[in-house]
Amino acid sequence: MTPRFLQTSRRAFLGGSAAAAALAALSEGAQAQQPLPPLEEYAPVFLTPAEWAFVMAATARIIPSDGDGPGAQETRVPVFIDRQLAGDFGAATDLYMQGPFTPDADMNLGTQSPLTPAEIYRQGIAAFETWCSNELGAAFADLPADQQDSALQALADDDVGLEPELREFWTLLLQNTKEGYFADPRHGGNAGMQAWVYIGFPGARANFHEWAGRDEAYPLGPVDIAGERA
Amino acid sequence: MARTDPKKDVVIVGLGWTGSIMGIELAQEGLEILALERGPDRATVPDFKYPKVIDELEYGIRFGFMQKPRNSTITVRRNGDEVAQPMRRLGSFLPGDGVGGAGIHWNGQTWRPMENEYRLRSYVEEEFGADAIPEDMTIQDWGVTAEELEPYFDRFEYMAGISGQAGNINGEIIEGGNPFEAPRSRDYPLPPLKQTVDAKMFAGAAKSMGYHPFPRPAANASEAWTNEYGMQLGPCNFCGFCERYGCINYSKSSPQTCILDALKRYPNFSYRVNSEVLRVDLAPDGQTATGVTYWDDEAGEEVTQPADLVILAAYQLHNVHLMLLSGIGDPYDPRTGQGVTGKNYAYQMNGGTTLFYKDVDFNPFAGAGSVGMAIDDFAINQIDFGAEGFIGGSYIVAGNSNGQPIRGISLPEGTPKWGAGWKQGIGEWYGHSMSIGSHGSCLAYRDCHLDLDPTYTDRHGRPLMRMTFDWKPNDIRMTQFMKGKIEEIAQSMNPDSWQSSFKSEGARYDIRPYQTTHNVGGAIMGTDPNTSAVNRYLQAWGQHNVFVLGAGAFPQNIQYNPTGAVGALAYWAARAIREDYLPNPGPLA
Repeated sequence: MTPRFLQTSRRAFLGGSAAAAALAALSEGAQAQQPLPPLEEYAPVFLTPAEWAFVMAATARIIPSDGDGPGAQETRVPVFIDRQLAGDFGAATDLYMQGPFTPDADMNLGTQSPLTPAEIYRQGIAAFETWCSNELGAAFADLPADQQDSALQALADDDVGLEPELREFWTLLLQNTKEGYFADPRHGGNAGMQAWVYIGFPGARANFHEWAGRDEAYPLGPVDIAGERA
Repeated sequence: MARTDPKKDVVIVGLGWTGSIMGIELAQEGLEILALERGPDRATVPDFKYPKVIDELEYGIRFGFMQKPRNSTITVRRNGDEVAQPMRRLGSFLPGDGVGGAGIHWNGQTWRPMENEYRLRSYVEEEFGADAIPEDMTIQDWGVTAEELEPYFDRFEYMAGISGQAGNINGEIIEGGNPFEAPRSRDYPLPPLKQTVDAKMFAGAAKSMGYHPFPRPAANASEAWTNEYGMQLGPCNFCGFCERYGCINYSKSSPQTCILDALKRYPNFSYRVNSEVLRVDLAPDGQTATGVTYWDDEAGEEVTQPADLVILAAYQLHNVHLMLLSGIGDPYDPRTGQGVTGKNYAYQMNGGTTLFYKDVDFNPFAGAGSVGMAIDDFAINQIDFGAEGFIGGSYIVAGNSNGQPIRGISLPEGTPKWGAGWKQGIGEWYGHSMSIGSHGSCLAYRDCHLDLDPTYTDRHGRPLMRMTFDWKPNDIRMTQFMKGKIEEIAQSMNPDSWQSSFKSEGARYDIRPYQTTHNVGGAIMGTDPNTSAVNRYLQAWGQHNVFVLGAGAFPQNIQYNPTGAVGALAYWAARAIREDYLPNPGPLA
């Protein structure tokens, strides 16, 4: 199906508005962009091949490709996650990491794991893969989609026997997947600003004075920090 | 390694709103002033420039402008029986660091408290009887009145170029403003902002129910403005990147846009960044401060900085931490009720209802931090506490500040959190919801306080500060009352569907989701040294040359965002120092 934003712009174009004319010019700009190398050719910085296979498969279920709008694969969410884990986020650079640690403290008191996010991914993927192998007889990536979904739901429900140090694993995976879907493309995901186009978020335009208070669809597509247009 | 630097007249700890205000006010007296800022230097260019700062992940999610828990955090417990755990990652609130402090990344909502909020205990006792106050509720009067502070609110609002509509000028009620507000001496310096679709829909519904909608007062300039220091603001362009971001457009009032360039021109003012104050040094008799000791990151050494006057102008939590570490005021003990430093920590009780409309385009990205229409018909001075069974109040508001997608897209109840259903939901509902929020008081209780943690330390080896806080039945009853009022309004607006999120009985404080950076108390002001940490001029009772600015002075939280009162109190204290203290240094009360 055509994303809602493009349906809107087509109406605007038929209306012959100046905004639609601008949009037509933007579309040409988008076509001129250099295509990104295929996701399969990406060389992960942090994730091992087995971990990469898991992240590829899991994010593809968290934001699947079928139905309206792009999925995690087309928007290159796994690239985003790999880069985040390789950087300050993965290394817990900003976090308070002094002990003593009480990883099973009340959840309301926030994360108390001695592990960095990168370590939580590494150990969390391993533990979850062991669970998949024992309970479902295959690595996560090799399971059929419906079993992948039920396995992820078990992970979300904390029903896969993770140690308290790893109990943030699902929260991180879900949050990072959505971050990679919606963040500016400079961080490696949201390729082609497809997620922004899908929901109708204009990205880094950051200038909407004349649009405050108007109940009508905004006609322009997004721009990103690099100045690309979609 | 350690060094001692030449003495200054004044040392200011922290260069956010209050440090900048006190800096320029005292610079005008010709005093030699040094401000010490623990974080980095920050200016509109290069730090907030377009398009660099329009990066939701970097600043909205990874908190680029906030304090790093690795460098500075607290521990939290909900009651005295629990073992406090360190806040390892930011969540519930987001203190800033760096020049400008939280003044760069706020939304700009700039209110004046109600008259009765300054004398809450007296008001409740007079109107409803002392029995109306629960045994464990430790509310107090501020020791100042709305009338006394009015000129200082006026000063702050004109300095910061606030956009709004007066409702009460010298007792005359003005149509379109807040009819319940305390009298003000003149209108706001700038007219109200344009309003967003959601704000207009809410205002229409509220008005037709007999309520009194008015524009939320905004530190987002609606027009160009030049303030008393010659600093200039340009009109807000509704970029939709306000809270958590520095302003790209010189439109949001901040130390950078309103004070700092003017302040830096005073040759008698200087500031050092990456310089975290470790303690206030006291004279051997403890009766005065001799200056501060700070950590100079660049030199990698401790520095003793002598000064005649010490201004604590850090964020509320850090001011109280420094007082506890330095022996300023006796630490509060919740078991006995004795002691003052750390007493009456309070937060903010908020809630909201989300309304979904398939056929309305809200364009949420076209937002400003303080845009919105509010009602104060259920403010703290409009409620019969005896009849309703709680003490407190809220303003109720709708106004869209941003449409940033990672920070959250409201989805109807039952929408999956992930998978095909989630993806379909965001496509259908982004830009098609609005919310009506309540922003309410959070009162003071015997056990809610700040002290030093027995276990955890910071990078300098100092004990972390420990917060003991949980939600209390009085404030939950207040927010449940607001839920009822908001849901009536929401239903009258005929959304396709709606859902509410308010604290309910048994709610426990959760430090993970962002709630608000309105932490107050711990260095409370008052008229009795046995029950307050600072006097009504924000001067430490025990050390007359130490002044403690900021929301730590609030004896309990007001129903409003704190910055208006924080700014007014800074000017109030600055006048007292300039006119009364400097000619005759000593206790002002």
